[in-house]
Amino acid sequence: MHPAPSVIIFTTLSGLGFGLFAFLGLGLPDVSGWVAFVFFAMAYALSCTGLLASTFHLGNPRNAIYAFSQWRSSWLSREGIMAVATLLTFAPVAIGRVFLDMELALLGAIGSVFAVLTVFTTSMIYTQLKTIARWHMPLTPVLFLLYAGAGGALLAGQASLAGVLTLIVTGAQLLAWKQGDGRSTTGDLGAATGLGEIGQVRLLESAHTARNYILDEMAFQVGRKHVQKLRMIATLCVGALPALLLLALPAGHLTALIAVVLHVIGVAASRWLFFAQAEHVVASYYGR
Amino acid sequence: MSKASQFYFDTSPPVSDEVRKTTCYMCACRCGINVHMKDGQVAYIEGNRDHPVNKGVLCGKGSSGIMQHYAPSRLRAPLKRVGPRGSGEFEEISWDEALDIAAGWLEPLRKTDPSKLAFFTGRDQSQSFTSWFAQAYGTPNYAAHGGFCSVNMAAAGIYTMGGAFWEFGQPDWDRTKLFMLFGVAEDHDSNPIKIGLGKLKERGAKVIGVNPIRSGYNAIADEWVGITPGTDGLFILALVHELMAAGKVDLNYLCRYTNAGFIVNEDPNSPERGLFLRGKSGKPQVLARETGILMDYDCPAITPDLAGQFVEEGVTHRTVFQLMADRYLSPDYAPEAVEARTGVPATRIKSIAAELARVAFEEEIVIDQPWTDWKGERHDKMIGRPVSFHSMRGISAHSNGFQTCRALHVLQILLGSVEVPGGFRFKPPYPKPPEAHPRPHAGVTPGQPLDGPHLGYPLGPEHLLLDDEGRAKRIDKAFTWENPMSAHGLMHMVISNAHAGDPYKIDTLFMYMANMAWNSTMNTSEVMRMLTDKGEDGEYVIPRIIYSDAYSSEMVAYADLILPDTTYLERHDCISLLDRPICEADGAADAIRWPVVEPDRDVRGFQTVLLQLGAKLGLPGFVCDEGWPKYEDYADYIVNHERRPGVGPLAGFRGEDGTGDGRGDPNPAQIDRYIENGGFWVSHVPDEATFYKPWNKGYQEWAVARGLFDAEAPYVFNLYVEPMRKFQLAAEGHGAVQPPEHLRERVRRTMDPLPIWYEPFEDGNIDTDEFPIHALTQRPMHMYHSWGTQNAWLRQITGKNSLYLPTKLWDAHGFEEGDYAVVTSAHGSITVPVAHQAGLNENTVWTWNAIGKRKGAWALDEGASEAGEGFLLNHLIHELQPPKGDGLRWANSDPVTGQAAWFDLRVKIEKAVPKPAESQPAHPPIKSPVGKGPAKVARKI
Amino acid sequence: MTCLPSSTQKKLGLVIDLDTCVGCHGCVTACKGWNTQNYGVPLSDIDPYGADPQGTFLNRVFSYEVQPEGKSAQTVHFPKSCLHCEDAPCVTVCPTGASYKREEDGIVLVNEDRCIGCGLCAWSCAYGARELDRDAGVMKKCTLCVDRIYNENLPEEDRVPACVRTCPSGARHFGNLGDPNSDVSKLVADRGGFDLMPEQGTRPVNKYLPPRPKDEMDVPALKPVATEASGFLGWLDKALGRIPGKGDRLPTKETVQETVQESEKV
Ligand SMILES: Nc1nc2c(c(=O)[nH]1)N[C@H]1C(S)=C(S)[C@@H](COP(=O)(O)OP(=O)(O)OC[C@H]3O[C@@H](n4cnc5c(=O)[nH]c(N)nc54)[C@H](O)[C@@H]3O)O[C@H]1N2
Ligand SMILES: Nc1nc2c(c(=O)[nH]1)N[C@H]1C(S)=C(S)[C@@H](COP(=O)(O)OP(=O)(O)OC[C@H]3O[C@@H](n4cnc5c(=O)[nH]c(N)nc54)[C@H](O)[C@@H]3O)O[C@H]1N2
Ligand code: SF4
Ligand code: SF4
Ligand code: SF4
Ligand code: SF4
Ligand code: SF4
Ligand SMILES: [Mo]
Repeated sequence: MHPAPSVIIFTTLSGLGFGLFAFLGLGLPDVSGWVAFVFFAMAYALSCTGLLASTFHLGNPRNAIYAFSQWRSSWLSREGIMAVATLLTFAPVAIGRVFLDMELALLGAIGSVFAVLTVFTTSMIYTQLKTIARWHMPLTPVLFLLYAGAGGALLAGQASLAGVLTLIVTGAQLLAWKQGDGRSTTGDLGAATGLGEIGQVRLLESAHTARNYILDEMAFQVGRKHVQKLRMIATLCVGALPALLLLALPAGHLTALIAVVLHVIGVAASRWLFFAQAEHVVASYYGR
Repeated sequence: MSKASQFYFDTSPPVSDEVRKTTCYMCACRCGINVHMKDGQVAYIEGNRDHPVNKGVLCGKGSSGIMQHYAPSRLRAPLKRVGPRGSGEFEEISWDEALDIAAGWLEPLRKTDPSKLAFFTGRDQSQSFTSWFAQAYGTPNYAAHGGFCSVNMAAAGIYTMGGAFWEFGQPDWDRTKLFMLFGVAEDHDSNPIKIGLGKLKERGAKVIGVNPIRSGYNAIADEWVGITPGTDGLFILALVHELMAAGKVDLNYLCRYTNAGFIVNEDPNSPERGLFLRGKSGKPQVLARETGILMDYDCPAITPDLAGQFVEEGVTHRTVFQLMADRYLSPDYAPEAVEARTGVPATRIKSIAAELARVAFEEEIVIDQPWTDWKGERHDKMIGRPVSFHSMRGISAHSNGFQTCRALHVLQILLGSVEVPGGFRFKPPYPKPPEAHPRPHAGVTPGQPLDGPHLGYPLGPEHLLLDDEGRAKRIDKAFTWENPMSAHGLMHMVISNAHAGDPYKIDTLFMYMANMAWNSTMNTSEVMRMLTDKGEDGEYVIPRIIYSDAYSSEMVAYADLILPDTTYLERHDCISLLDRPICEADGAADAIRWPVVEPDRDVRGFQTVLLQLGAKLGLPGFVCDEGWPKYEDYADYIVNHERRPGVGPLAGFRGEDGTGDGRGDPNPAQIDRYIENGGFWVSHVPDEATFYKPWNKGYQEWAVARGLFDAEAPYVFNLYVEPMRKFQLAAEGHGAVQPPEHLRERVRRTMDPLPIWYEPFEDGNIDTDEFPIHALTQRPMHMYHSWGTQNAWLRQITGKNSLYLPTKLWDAHGFEEGDYAVVTSAHGSITVPVAHQAGLNENTVWTWNAIGKRKGAWALDEGASEAGEGFLLNHLIHELQPPKGDGLRWANSDPVTGQAAWFDLRVKIEKAVPKPAESQPAHPPIKSPVGKGPAKVARKI
Repeated sequence: MTCLPSSTQKKLGLVIDLDTCVGCHGCVTACKGWNTQNYGVPLSDIDPYGADPQGTFLNRVFSYEVQPEGKSAQTVHFPKSCLHCEDAPCVTVCPTGASYKREEDGIVLVNEDRCIGCGLCAWSCAYGARELDRDAGVMKKCTLCVDRIYNENLPEEDRVPACVRTCPSGARHFGNLGDPNSDVSKLVADRGGFDLMPEQGTRPVNKYLPPRPKDEMDVPALKPVATEASGFLGWLDKALGRIPGKGDRLPTKETVQETVQESEKV
């Protein structure tokens, strides 16, 4: 799939944002006033920037209001609803904590559940797609949730938890890559065309020599070397280095900041790979 | 209806305000179209269901005609060259000025030497009109593009049986059970062939495709014969060998309808050796089987004895059929003898021959339809041999193409499958034997019309167009010993001959609708040089060039004066029976185009311009007695011009009341009647005349009544072409007109009156070990030569081309996707992208024709892929063969007709390392006289 | 509505005959032409005359090569448009309800007035049948020419999709695949019509007819009538004797004289 910046930013930032919300809803860290403001502002900023970025992916955002209508069947619709619900739920919680020194614990907990559900619905947008075998597996939502968890913990200043979670998510990511690599679907033109029974099938001429949406969007190809490099970066940045910083060094704002920055770079790299490496079955019709 | 949960929209919207029915011209197939108009604009084009050609369907080009109509490449006004030739720098001028310039050039030439004008037209469909202009002007130098296209096919068909495939005839798609297709990618009969193949598929009939390349029609063939290019003649004659040896020929048919029984003079000492024995009447003789005496071949109620021999003065004269047996039963034509050369295993050849015989003779079909033959004999049935054939440039665009086409016709005739149910059927006004066509003329008198039509079918050396010194009278050297039967002229030789001043220099080259500076020429770079070359006096070697195009093609840049044409939806045209008609086997038909919209630019239909020019020059026929223009415009001409009394450009709705079918006085309302009728006219062949047309009394009478010809003219098919033997006799030293020494042997060898095969000339002239690979082009079904590229939809489908390589070559050179190859012929070299195709003859490479474009042409961006990656094979093909041992260079053409031998090309390839930035050769951009196209099209009307 | 109807009254769709399609692209441009002027926004072309043209098409024709064991490779032209799946994932993923499947005939459509151009439906389609129009930003797909097939402004015989009407070789068939007695259903049954990527679970309505077996001709060679030239002449003589019908109409003296008789050589 085409690794569009908008979707990478969206999934990266909103994952972090809603992950942070999940912790904030549970009162972690236990702060109030301006400190709480900073945390909530961060959570809102991340999730809203992410959501906003996702709208750049839309060809026709004018109709966006309808996107909340199809919760009965559409994970994207559900995600929209959950995201808004989460953001709304946290408004009183945040106002309470920042300005009124008031703890709406139950609402906070509900918010946390909503935040987790938001991340889950996001993950299900991808997981549901049978056309992309690399996404269509149980590990995908787990991975999204773990990423949100690790990122949230990091941002929420839960250093040791974050350290552990970043390591777990790294492990899960390695597993997901391994599973994904074994599920490559492209290239089986015989099956795609139904002509396989006659013999080996190959593309002679693509339908058009010009570009098209399907090719641009769904037949993105990335070099093996590039993948290796990015996987290395992701592995180191998502988990190994932050964990090292957090678990081996004494806690501090600077180490936390460095850990966060590294982690975000790692997540972005892994998300780039998530999209770029996702092979859509349709590519086989194009001989890719 | 939509439930609440679903959306409401109108499933029955108005389609258009009005439908205007005219004729497509995205190619020369000429399908009927319904042009849907909205707010006076062209909105949507679909096929006309009532039309005889396409019956409602349209191809990829036709369906996107709207994009040609709105193309930004359309010329806008007459242009006068202001920069050097080839630069593309022009200024727009008025029509008055343009016509003044043209007349100013042409008038003095006509008074002094009309042959200094060469007027050639390309993919034109008004040849009966343009030739009429050229004849009235008085130049011998006129032809259309047939010489580089497919004259081998046309001429071989006319000389053999009075018509070829293509516009002349078609398989009996409704009844044929076995169909063999030789060397066709698309053909002119685009939609009819597709409709026909569809019918075969629906019935599960078998299709055999003979083609080095398995694409298009060959992709759906049940059997694919991936023959070696240039060897079809051998393959066909091996089929003939098998069929004759097994006695699987239709003897009854051969006796009745062919010259199989004609007695050939075999007296070795006679100057008429090889000609038919003739009786007092002058008619060829046959031995009547019933009486054993020699009789005129057309004597009623006799059967010629094919096995008979006529002995006189100790010389035995035999029949054509026995000469054929002599030749084709020889082991030289046995499948085993040809398998290596053709690349077709002997067992496969035998299998195909057996299947042809089985279907022809065991699956005979009988129609209960009585008919009367030319000798007055009544038959109560029509007997059909349901095998049929179709073929085009794959066999004709070779230097042995004429003979190969002949061989195929002979095969059809031996099987008795021409003009019978299930076989091949002529389309009126064909069949028409060579005798019924005119002879070529080149009699020039300054200030006067030519002494007769330019083109025709010579019946012997006396019809060649040579002056007293034996020099060519025509600039293209048509009808000379180099190509005696060049029935369509040789457009591909005009520029190089004019540049060389051989046979003479010309002053003005006037061309219409032919992209001669690019894809329609051989050796493109060299032709561009010739067009821009200057003599010592600083003047262009070809002093003046006038050109009519509708679009900003490559050729435009090379002309001095441009006469911009309209698009096909903006003008009157006439698809005439006098010309290249649109008939179907079951009926005579013709059609018009008419301006369904008026042009929004300062352009004029070319035919109207030619009438205006002719009137300005005062040409006979173009002005009335008082000197005024006789015709207001082309529409006026179409309606009021008469070729022969009662016969004009359009055959339908003639006479004051419009009831005249074929013949009748001009009808002032004729065009309106055509428009009412959907833009066309058909007159159906009566049931008893549907088959056996050359010998069917009913058909002959019907055709005469419609003015297709003036008197009934039944004839028999020429298995043996006597006129060819006349040329051969001259080469053997007989008669007043004989070939020059250097051509004697070639004429003797190639003008064989019975089909032969000889190796393509290029094979004999170059080292085939060095150049082992055959290189071909094919037409994409959705592109018409260079026109398609200006169409934004079509250029997305094919906006660049690759050279396809068979697996053997692909692997041997270690090619990978995205690689380029250097392709070299004896004449030049190109560097081009490659691709792999397994379904390809293992010694053949190919590419799509005419995708490559010159930078700056067609209102495209200079970075267009057509100009960067796209390429032409034409750079590798020369109009002359490399020098022979004696230093002479023969034309790269068929020695009989002069047809350009595009497909004889031999090349070698190697991987291009490093890969070039773009295909080579890369020519510098030309300036666009029309600017560039818009950045976006989303046109809803 | 993005929930799929539990059943549809008809299953309108196309049957495409891979044994007959010659790859002419007629259906491609006919589709483009009709759908540019009709349902929804026009199908745009960006940079149409430039270096990098790209436009929206609802139907495209691919060419594949199939290499059977020990035989020549075959070429198959392969038109592809929306298959109007019964279990269309493109419908259920749509967040706005713009994508829907019609209950009356099973046609899958996009309501452009609702579409946000998120592209998810295209992602969910295994067949590449949906293209986001780059100019309008809304999702385009084959409409099965819903504005033709019921269109009372068209003559009845023209109430078929534009691609079907134009296909010169008759490789495209339109009808109700929900009715086992329809022509299309019978064709599918006779010729072994198949689904594309059945493992996707989409249950396409459109069917493809497979190419018929190729290069199988194996007819025994003909037997020669004679092995030498004289034998051939003998056969010829005998065979001519069997030609029916003339013996009773031998020329009389008069008819012979009327024409020309024995030749005096000229
Ligand atoms: N390598 C290779 N070269 C070949 C061939 C091949 O097989 N291989 N085939 C050869 C053959 S058979 C042919 S026929 C030629 C064809 O070659 P051409 O006849 O030259 O064909 P086009 O390229 O279509 O050029 C025709 C010109 O007519 C113009 N035109 C289009 N419509 C109109 C109109 O309405 N009015 C006017 N006035 N002009 C119009 C176009 O813009 C174009 O410039 O190519 C030959 N070239
Ligand atoms: N769409 C479209 N239609 C066209 C045209 C166009 O440009 N586009 N051009 C029109 C014109 S001007 C013409 S002349 C006709 C030509 O119509 P076609 O005769 O169909 O022309 P080509 O595309 O040149 O195809 C030649 C075919 O012959 C095959 N071939 C080459 N050499 C040999 C050989 O030695 N033996 C055999 N058996 N096959 C061989 C090639 O592989 C190719 O398939 O098409 C007309 N129709
Ligand atoms: S074959 Fe196609 S382009 Fe040619 S006239 Fe017919 S519809 Fe037009
Ligand atoms: S083919 Fe694709 S777009 Fe069409 S219904 Fe099926 S899944 Fe949806
Ligand atoms: S692109 Fe339009 S139709 Fe497709 S899922 Fe998004 S909103 Fe629905
Ligand atoms: S049914 Fe209509 S919309 Fe669908 S591919 Fe055919 S022409 Fe295009
Ligand atoms: S129009 Fe018919 S033959 Fe042509 S590509 Fe489409 S389906 Fe195939
Ligand atoms: Mo041609």
